[in-house]
Amino acid sequence: MSSADIYREVILDYYRHPRNFGKLEKFDIDSHDSNPLCGDEIEMQVQVGSGQKMEEVKFTGKGCAISQASVSMLTELAKGKPLGWVKELSKEDVFKMLGNPDLGPSRVKCALLGMKVLKTGVYGYLGAQYEEKDEGELP
Amino acid sequence: MLKAEAFEVAKVREDFPILKRKVHGKRLVYLDNAATTQKPQLVVDALVDFYTRYNSNVHRSVHTLGEEATAAYEAARSKTAKFVGADPKGLVFVRGTTEATNLVRFAWGEKNVKKGDVLVATLMEHHSNIVPWQLLARSKGATLKYVGLNPDGTLDMGQLEDLLREAPRLVAVAHCSNVLGTINEVSAICAMAKKVGATTVVDGAQSVPHMPVDIGAVGADFYAFSGHKMLAPTGVGALAARKELLEEMDPFQSGGEMIKEVFEDHSTWNDVPYKFEAGTVNIADAIGLGTAVDYLSSIGMERVRKHEVALLDYALRALSEVKGVKIYGPPDPARRGGVVSFNYADVHPHDLATILDEEGVAIRSGHHCAQLLMRWLDVPATARASFHVYNSYDDVDALTAGLHKAGKLFRL
Ligand SMILES: Cc1ncc(COP(=O)(O)O)c(C=O)c1O
Repeated sequence: MSSADIYREVILDYYRHPRNFGKLEKFDIDSHDSNPLCGDEIEMQVQVGSGQKMEEVKFTGKGCAISQASVSMLTELAKGKPLGWVKELSKEDVFKMLGNPDLGPSRVKCALLGMKVLKTGVYGYLGAQYEEKDEGELP
Repeated sequence: MLKAEAFEVAKVREDFPILKRKVHGKRLVYLDNAATTQKPQLVVDALVDFYTRYNSNVHRSVHTLGEEATAAYEAARSKTAKFVGADPKGLVFVRGTTEATNLVRFAWGEKNVKKGDVLVATLMEHHSNIVPWQLLARSKGATLKYVGLNPDGTLDMGQLEDLLREAPRLVAVAHCSNVLGTINEVSAICAMAKKVGATTVVDGAQSVPHMPVDIGAVGADFYAFSGHKMLAPTGVGALAARKELLEEMDPFQSGGEMIKEVFEDHSTWNDVPYKFEAGTVNIADAIGLGTAVDYLSSIGMERVRKHEVALLDYALRALSEVKGVKIYGPPDPARRGGVVSFNYADVHPHDLATILDEEGVAIRSGHHCAQLLMRWLDVPATARASFHVYNSYDDVDALTAGLHKAGKLFRL
């Protein structure tokens, strides 16, 4: 693992200047989760429009650069996509979005927390149960 | 600055085979001793010796192996008790500090805490000295109140005095904070608590491994510590209490070993401390704890403490020279244990730990099982470096070098 690979300029930029940070006035989905190991916390809100499209996606949270950059990037990717896209989203997609850094098992959880929050929220909205099968092993 | 050594650290390091390990191709710099310490070869050998030469159950077999195992287990109890100035008859082997506080919660708390009682803990406690009292308060209808801290990370003794005026049933306090390093004046606190009739529980998880401790002089009703933080194996620790207090208490777990006689409708309890050691005990690891105590005694706890204060002094100076580092806890190394918690600019402690790990430097990052303290510090987490006998000035230098690398990566 090379931390120079993990903490690239773009990751630090999203960490320090998170896009889509904040709360929505009107939202259909509100999802929250935390990582007890790290204390990383994320809340995500989604406004669903016609055609089951995610018109607005915002998040608030605190935590390490990996978790916060990852969720911020994810909100950008998700915006404008249909809810079905979230069901297809895999952890590999998230790793790719982060530039495929070589994360150790405990940091994988940080990278995937945003995806978990989004999936939990969207699955709940669709009346389905999100199983954590897409996630890394417990640290 | 002068890099004096209280003993020959290079020689001590040879006793710990794990220190030869490389991590990411770098020398292992182990600075996570407050979580758990490494084990000297002697302790590992004691386990192997037990399992290969005299493995047997204790207290119930009259054959040779059984007698040897019993003698070794009880010798470990005596050594451990002597090491901390406790009565061996009042020293219960448990799994660790957490099991010790839970034992007190059930065996003492269920009988002695009543509705409307006040229990007192402090904001710097580890969760193992908070959550059991929370649950006890909830089940009994009692109230748990907290002593706050002064800005320098010491206990607000004025607030403690106020709370003592409410005549609490219990006062729970750490001898040494696992985050701030603050060494609390536990003997004064126990004396004050005693005056108002409160029972005291002192968490010694971060004191016994690092400094001379005389439980008799502390004057606590209950004193708890963990073996794995003092060079011994995981899975063994001790609760020390006055024999008479243990005798008045109800059992904790029940079954074999802890009984004297069993009838169809009732049972009578074994003598203390056996009354609190139900089932087959952790024989091998207790013997390992005895060996760790021998090892620490051979160095001398005064010298262990002196060594850690010197490292701490060096580390506090080195870290405070790194721009953007904020150190928590009392500034005077003589008033704190060998642990330094800090934050570095906007680098999250987890990111810092990942970057340091790449340099072979193991630190802890997170809330350290002290979320009330994190909230008081108003931080989600801290980075923490903590020392033991085998740490050197070079280790501190490696930590500082790692911080500079993190600063570069984060473009600070
Ligand atoms: C101050 C303090 N108290 C209690 C504990 C809990 O010890 P254990 O996990 O061995 O039960 C620890 C260590 O984690 C500690 O540092």
